[in-house]
Amino acid sequence: MNRPEVNKDFKIKSSKELPCGTYGQAMLLTETMEGWRSERPVIHNEQCIHCNWCYMVCPEGVIYKEGNEMKIDYRFCKGCGICQKECKKGCIELILEGGE
Amino acid sequence: MTMTNTSENQKEYQFVSGDEAVAIGVKLAQPLVVAAYPITPQTIVVERLAEMVEKGELNAEYMYVESEHSALSAVMGASVMGARTFTATSSQGLLYMAEVLHYASGGRVPLVMMNANRSVALPWNIFGDQRDSLSLLDSGWIQVYVEDAQESLDMTLAAYALAEHPEVLTPVMVNLDGFVLTHTYQSVEVPSQEQVTEFLPPFNLKHKMDLKAPKNLFFTASPQHNLGFKYEQQQAMLKAKEVIETIDQTYGEITGRKYGGLIEAYKCEDAERIIVTLGSITGLVRDVVDELREQGEKVGLLKIRYMRPFPGDEIAAVLKDAKAGSVLEKDISFGAEGTVFTNVVSATYGINTKLTNYIGGFGGKDIKKEEVVQIFKDLEEIIKKDIHPSYAERVKYIGLEG
Repeated sequence: MNRPEVNKDFKIKSSKELPCGTYGQAMLLTETMEGWRSERPVIHNEQCIHCNWCYMVCPEGVIYKEGNEMKIDYRFCKGCGICQKECKKGCIELILEGGE
Repeated sequence: MTMTNTSENQKEYQFVSGDEAVAIGVKLAQPLVVAAYPITPQTIVVERLAEMVEKGELNAEYMYVESEHSALSAVMGASVMGARTFTATSSQGLLYMAEVLHYASGGRVPLVMMNANRSVALPWNIFGDQRDSLSLLDSGWIQVYVEDAQESLDMTLAAYALAEHPEVLTPVMVNLDGFVLTHTYQSVEVPSQEQVTEFLPPFNLKHKMDLKAPKNLFFTASPQHNLGFKYEQQQAMLKAKEVIETIDQTYGEITGRKYGGLIEAYKCEDAERIIVTLGSITGLVRDVVDELREQGEKVGLLKIRYMRPFPGDEIAAVLKDAKAGSVLEKDISFGAEGTVFTNVVSATYGINTKLTNYIGGFGGKDIKKEEVVQIFKDLEEIIKKDIHPSYAERVKYIGLEG
């Protein structure tokens, strides 16, 4: 699945570079949100049965399937924990950020 | 009920109200979406359009919405998808739209809207004056004021050409005096669909939302860039001045009717006294000028067609050679003076012409011919005294008593 590209170097250097009115380019992402998280969900794929429920319930749309694994786009995951709470197999764990 | 008459040279005439003239203009422009709130103070322009859609004469989506705020929001959404649109409002309805007016102009959405100029509450009154639209001069819309039903139709078509011009992309509000224009009837020449097709290019919004070129619309901008966006909006408005002149020229070549662009100076060449007008009162002042001219008086009329972009240079060029002038308007900015007057005085700063302001015609009060004659007499007195009236003395009221 395509994940959004982020261009953190994007900068409007002069007012001449502004778009006409508010007809802006779509999907021009310049920031990520990993810093919003207190806890990070981790999927234990060895126990996962690929029911895709975490993909369905994630309010941010950051859980996706790649190859045979469910993955999380940590750039945009805000750590709400809904995936962990909702996982029927209990194979998603929340780990405190900054603990390493 | 409208009467249609096609004369020998194939020109079509209809006996219609100003509202219906606008509806005919809109039909000829073939919008894809019309959204309107139909209740008072709305006028019958939207009813006529609803009938045209119902009869299949106009192939548009007609959206009945729950408020004026929604009407303007709806056409804004349709327009950025690349659809030509129309909506209309009046008075309190326009004020209710105020928030969305700024959205549309800031977003550079090329809308065309008719406004029936009617008084604003309180006291509640549905008759005409121009306090509704003039209180929204700063909303970023192009504002044009018409004199009669013919100009209403012609201006509706010109408004689409102007709003959608790639270097303008600014919404246009076509203002008709409530009742005097919206509810009275006049014979109007209707251009043919072929003429309109020749005049008005199809709506082709370069920036439209498209699945192949998705957009991030109506976004937020940081303090760093806010002025940049507003500066561009101002540049587009200033560019519109040139485009207005070109459109007037082209429309004249195709239909035979020209209006002078931003202003119309009537018998002003050698005029010593000039009355400046906006909207339908122009017709009365025109008649008075004709009569006084027959008596050898050097009087003239300056009709402002566009309040935004404001024709400052053009007005100054006409007024500078007169000895005295007066702005006659149906508006007041409480605690100051008439807003048209403020704009005219600002534009004419530095010229020696003595200027005064006459405020009247509120809530549908008729401005009489004798009252216009009296303004010209008052101006004569000011010329004799040869003193610029003070800030307090220069504002006068018409029809306060009686």
